[in-house]
Amino acid sequence: MALQSLDIERRSATTTPPPGAREQPQVAKLLDVSRCIGCKACQVACQEWNDLRSEVGHNVGVLDNPLDLDEHSWTVMRFAEVEPEGGNLEWLIRKDGCMHCADPGCLKACPAPGAIVQYSNGIVDFHQEHCIGCGYCVAGCPFDVPRISKKDNKAYKCTLCSDRVAVGLEPACVKSCPTGSIMFGTKEDMIHQAEGRVAELQQRGFANAGLYDPQGVGGTHVMYVLPHADRPEDYSGLPKDPTIAASVGAWKGPMKPVGLALLGLTALGAFVHYLKYGRKEIEHEADAGGERGQRGGA
Amino acid sequence: MIDRYTSGERILHWLTAITFLLLAASGLAFFHPSMFWLANLLGGGTWARILHPFIGVVMFVAFLLMALKFWRHNVLSGNDRAWLGKIGDVIANRDDRAPPIGRYNPGQKILFWVLLASMIVLLVSGIALWRPYFAPLFSIGTIRFGALMHALSALVLILLVFVHIYSSFWVKGSTDAMLSGKVSRGWAKAHHPKWYEEATRK
Repeated sequence: MALQSLDIERRSATTTPPPGAREQPQVAKLLDVSRCIGCKACQVACQEWNDLRSEVGHNVGVLDNPLDLDEHSWTVMRFAEVEPEGGNLEWLIRKDGCMHCADPGCLKACPAPGAIVQYSNGIVDFHQEHCIGCGYCVAGCPFDVPRISKKDNKAYKCTLCSDRVAVGLEPACVKSCPTGSIMFGTKEDMIHQAEGRVAELQQRGFANAGLYDPQGVGGTHVMYVLPHADRPEDYSGLPKDPTIAASVGAWKGPMKPVGLALLGLTALGAFVHYLKYGRKEIEHEADAGGERGQRGGA
Repeated sequence: MIDRYTSGERILHWLTAITFLLLAASGLAFFHPSMFWLANLLGGGTWARILHPFIGVVMFVAFLLMALKFWRHNVLSGNDRAWLGKIGDVIANRDDRAPPIGRYNPGQKILFWVLLASMIVLLVSGIALWRPYFAPLFSIGTIRFGALMHALSALVLILLVFVHIYSSFWVKGSTDAMLSGKVSRGWAKAHHPKWYEEATRK
């Protein structure tokens, strides 16, 4: 919901600037993968705070439960067993969900005015009452996050607890985490926090430890500390250098003004043509065989 | 008067035309925010999203049936190349300088084939975008490519239909031909002389 304490920075399918007099600090959630124990307390807290409950599924022999994000599960723990060449087995656990991109592909793709907003603190939020159910956000997202509800055909995803953040609380997942693996604060503070942790990990032998804040989408407001930042794909397919897909960029970028211009130019062409040359009329109807005075074609 | 279109052909044409207008309105609404208000013609954004693909199937079927009736008349042949060379004269209403043509001029023929091609692309790509029924069956990469192709071919279609509509106004008597099914002898002789000869020989 559009809350008075959160200003809107960007609004889907809107060409005029939103209210921007006030400036708010950029927030971020930092997920320290190296401290996550995979307990899923964050998943539970998310469903509890947001009054959601995924359907009870089936055990398919892995810890992932539910297996994927859905309209009720806005965050899921993903468990990956990885054996890097010459290394030992690694059990990599990642809390998946919306990354709250600074340049959100979902918002770029959305055709419904106000269905997707980005608050000035960086949170990207879906306003389902404006959603038309087209699923363009699914195509726009570089992280495969939005899910369309089978019940109402509206799109859902993590809100970064915008309702809680708006009143000065941290997101529910942050509050629930028993190991302090999930942190929340200003983006600046979280980057600082991450730098300290990365240095620590590097000292402990994780030479490639690093912060995941992909610049291809302008940076994200959900960041990871990864012990193996050189191979994010190992964390259940976290994309190495995510960007808005070229096809989406073309479709929702240059094609829009170019398309409008072509429509305008065609109309202008017809306008000029009509005034310059006029209509094709038949001058000597009588020559054509004597059917005088016929309407239209005459 | 000479018969040019049967009632069946006219029904198919106007069914295609009306569905096209509804599709263009809702499609442009999804294409650019400045045209989102057009979605109101179909009852708002969500209704436009629901109805657009169904209307699209109706347009495709109507156009396909029409194409099955007309395609033979639209094969490029005879004087067509020479006529296209004189397109500047045709545009400037100096038709007497262009070679005589039959039932359709090469401009109309090219329009026919490009419309057919863009409708096929629209149908195929549209299925990949159709929620909630078919989109979940396709990968996100396919849906992205489908969305781009859908928008591109729709733009081609809309521009060409605009030219088609203007031409029917430009060549006086053409709109009446599609409404009443009949054209005057003068119209036929002036714009489609070789067809006029065939039609009056019988």
